[in-house]
Amino acid sequence: MILIAIIALGGIGVLSSGLLYLVSRKFEVYENPLIAEVQEVLPAANCGGCGYPGCSGFASACVNAQALDDLFCPVGGADVMKKVSVILGKEAGNAEPKVAVVRCNGNCEARPHTNQYNGVKNCAIASSLYGGETGCSYGCLGYGDCVKACGFGAIRINLSTGLPEVIEDKCTSCGACVKACPKNIIELRRKGPKSRRIFVSCVNKDKGGLARKACASACIGCSKCEKECPFEAISLSSNLAYIDYRKCRLCRKCVTVCPTQAIHELNFPPRKETN
Amino acid sequence: MLRTFRIGGTHPPENKLSAGKKVRVIEAPGQVVIPLRQHIGAPAQAVVKKGDRVKAGTLLARPAGLVSAGIHSSVSGKVNKIDEIVDMSGYKQPAVYIDTEGDEWEEAIDRSETLKKECTLSSSEIVRRISEAGIVGLGGATFPTQVKLMPPPGSRAELLIINGVECEPYLTSDHALMIEKGEQILTGVSILMKAIDVHKAVIGIESNKPDAIVYFRDMVRNFPGIDIMPLKVQYPQGGEKQLIDAVIRRQIKSGALPISVGAVVQNVGTAYAVYEAVQKNKPLIERIVTVTGKGLPEPSNFLVRIGTPIRRLIEAAGGIPGDTGKIIGGGPMMGKALVSADIPVTKGCSGVLLLPKQEALRKPACNCIRCAKCVSVCPMGLNPALLMNATEFANWEVAEKNYVVDCIECGSCNFICPANRPLLDYIRSGKGKVMELIRNRKS
Amino acid sequence: MENKLIISPSPHIHSGDSINKNMYGVLIALIPAFLVSVYYFGLGALIVTVVSVLSCVLFEYLIQRFLLKTAPSVGDGSAVLTGVLLAFNLPSNLPVWIIVIGALVAIGIGKMSFGGLGNNIFNPALVGRVFLLISFPAPMTTWPLPGRLPLTYVDAATGATSLSLLNEGTGHLPSCVDMLLGNMGGSLGEVSALALLLGFAYLLIRKIITWHIPVAVVGTLVASTGLMHLIDPLSYAGPLIHLLSGGLLLGAVFMATDYVTSPMSRTGMLVYGVGIGLLTAVIRLFGSYPEGVSFAILIMNALTPLINNYFKPKHFGEK
Repeated sequence: MILIAIIALGGIGVLSSGLLYLVSRKFEVYENPLIAEVQEVLPAANCGGCGYPGCSGFASACVNAQALDDLFCPVGGADVMKKVSVILGKEAGNAEPKVAVVRCNGNCEARPHTNQYNGVKNCAIASSLYGGETGCSYGCLGYGDCVKACGFGAIRINLSTGLPEVIEDKCTSCGACVKACPKNIIELRRKGPKSRRIFVSCVNKDKGGLARKACASACIGCSKCEKECPFEAISLSSNLAYIDYRKCRLCRKCVTVCPTQAIHELNFPPRKETN
Repeated sequence: MLRTFRIGGTHPPENKLSAGKKVRVIEAPGQVVIPLRQHIGAPAQAVVKKGDRVKAGTLLARPAGLVSAGIHSSVSGKVNKIDEIVDMSGYKQPAVYIDTEGDEWEEAIDRSETLKKECTLSSSEIVRRISEAGIVGLGGATFPTQVKLMPPPGSRAELLIINGVECEPYLTSDHALMIEKGEQILTGVSILMKAIDVHKAVIGIESNKPDAIVYFRDMVRNFPGIDIMPLKVQYPQGGEKQLIDAVIRRQIKSGALPISVGAVVQNVGTAYAVYEAVQKNKPLIERIVTVTGKGLPEPSNFLVRIGTPIRRLIEAAGGIPGDTGKIIGGGPMMGKALVSADIPVTKGCSGVLLLPKQEALRKPACNCIRCAKCVSVCPMGLNPALLMNATEFANWEVAEKNYVVDCIECGSCNFICPANRPLLDYIRSGKGKVMELIRNRKS
Repeated sequence: MENKLIISPSPHIHSGDSINKNMYGVLIALIPAFLVSVYYFGLGALIVTVVSVLSCVLFEYLIQRFLLKTAPSVGDGSAVLTGVLLAFNLPSNLPVWIIVIGALVAIGIGKMSFGGLGNNIFNPALVGRVFLLISFPAPMTTWPLPGRLPLTYVDAATGATSLSLLNEGTGHLPSCVDMLLGNMGGSLGEVSALALLLGFAYLLIRKIITWHIPVAVVGTLVASTGLMHLIDPLSYAGPLIHLLSGGLLLGAVFMATDYVTSPMSRTGMLVYGVGIGLLTAVIRLFGSYPEGVSFAILIMNALTPLINNYFKPKHFGEK
């Protein structure tokens, strides 16, 4: 009796293992071992910020690429890219660290509501319906599509202003929020030395009067900052100033001349009293 | 048994408060604002500039491209400025502001009331006149009419279906037009038949307009080839696909055009505009608008110039009630909530509806209880609950596989949902996203 | 206009239908069956129903309030309905503590553990009922004999149901008229076919449910038991007896049609109903349990997602 059981069970075991072996041989997929090695050093956030579907997609792109110039992992930054370049023996491109910047400063006070939105609290849905609850049809809607898109908890809605704010330490500049924002308010900008940055916190393209009427802190396209800037970093198009962070030397002159305080400086030490 | 479409459908309270009211004319206001984009497709390009003098019927902007429509002045006066205005789309659009002076019309326009039945123009000549008059589908879709009248190569129209359904609750503008301008509409239908070279036309009218049915049945004896078909009241029968199914019992395949079953559909309002354009040389510069709402002292049907601010219409109907919570351009099922009463009337505006605050606010949504009522009312045979979930969680593959792009945005699912779920909000956004993905895949 | 205009996507009107209306509609449809059970089982029926409803509502409230920390939604009527349906599936002399356990299982495990109304896979009342049937087989299968407004509760005279008589092949069956009116032993809500059909009619008129599921269940059961009866009339009872006895009508009309756990498309509903009918017939004719409706519905509940996936609504333009 026992013998039969042993033979039967053993036979089934041998048979199945043989079958498993055959199947695994037949359906074996060859994968370059380097891909796994590269993937090992990647942050495994699978955010897609590099433009590839997840970290494994980026790893195989790195392995297959001639040079690493166009490939950059925004989450891991230069450190990770250096490791990748060591593994693959290819030169890593040198990209500067970036951070997401919310270019709207229309808080509840500056930008009074003119109507009441009663649909789903979702920016994409509201923006396909109309310009928004305020007179400014360019500004932040405040329903938090960027917050939902962020995989790192690096962006949250400030309850007192109703606007999203980026937590710099957590932001990996993967760009998910940039894609999620239907109003194209969020931009990836150079993080800057000691995280110091200057940017125009407005995307309103209306004429000055209209923009001002809708929002007290809107850029009115007065071009004062453009004239003030010693480095020609500021350009004006469709009533809106834009600071090119590649040219900006962080002198902060534009910040002082802006009549609506639409230009923001971040992480600077307080100014010395001049008068 | 009256016919209707065969999948889904619902029957919201009709509330046709302004039914049977005679059309009243609203004189041209002191200033009109005429948006340059009153149709689906590219905005028209302005051909006037500040300070120009125009007459009623003068071309203000010419069509930009094939799918576009010209815009004409609805008053005589002086161009004040060309600027932007928030229109029914909810966004700023370029528009021509005209200060009214007198009421002078272009000489070529025949303003007499006499009926002109005979039309000796050729098919291409008719289409050209329709195109020149800036006519768009007046049922609400505002698709340029001449495009619909030029079937793609290889296909042939066999039947013209005229939409006299007016399935949206509250609205009565088409009904009023049918009662007052019956012969003109039928002449317009004959002209459209000639334009697409068919010998048969069917006018579908829902049975809640018995006076229109009787009147038209009586008149069609003088118009060979035109039939009247009373239809069971069912929303959204005014949808092109639903109307075709109701009238000729054929369903258009997903992604196909009505011409694939040999049908061309036009609205009664469009047929009337075609009559005026072809026989009277009059471009589309005025239309009938229903102004209605339970709190409104006098729900009415008005004949108004395009570009008149809707505030004037509401004043003519007795003024804005104090408890107004929502002003809707169009009907309650598919209309758009407006941000202000200063928005001008455009070609596609069939009605203005005022809802009191307590009716305007949505009730909070609860969990889906999978009662499948949305499935049973969907006129396209979709599963709205599934599509909403797919969109909410960005599951575009599932949404596409379950035909999200076929949604006609009729709102029946939202209307019926016992859990007050915002089904259409999500589905509409998912439809847009999936269409974008499909376009990207093709290019 | 000083007050701000409200903006929302279309549509701007709503039918006014609500979860409450549907749930209370089903409760109204259950009133005839309740009255019949009070008539035949008296005080017992009243006590069982009240205890079941109260404990279901209480458990739902407590779980939402203290465990899930969400706003309690007992007002939507779904917990009341679960309580009534659970009671209708119990014998009228069941001790109170067993009913409370049943309610806890129904609400706690059957419903709230999945995330509350709308997310449960199985019909909560049936989860509770089947749990009790397996845990307490003896009290769950001894039914009091029907009387006229009896005031007895736990010590009522007991007897067997017609189905268990059939299963054991002993005793003689009540007449068809008695079965139609409910003058027989059984769970308190299932005895009167007539009262249940009255409720069905009400549900159809109010458009709370469609005919598809109940008709498919009953049709399949009648067809399959009829077939077996034709083959061997001595071993298998006729379809009429199967139709009128046990919880078939209660299950087909009120339990199988539960919104949350039944398929969404018409064809899906038919497949689901046929499945319940077949499983019920198989369990009744060949299984060791005399009654199989509860098990059949639970098994088909589990298959509902699969049915939803394969049987989609007929798409416009589809041949």
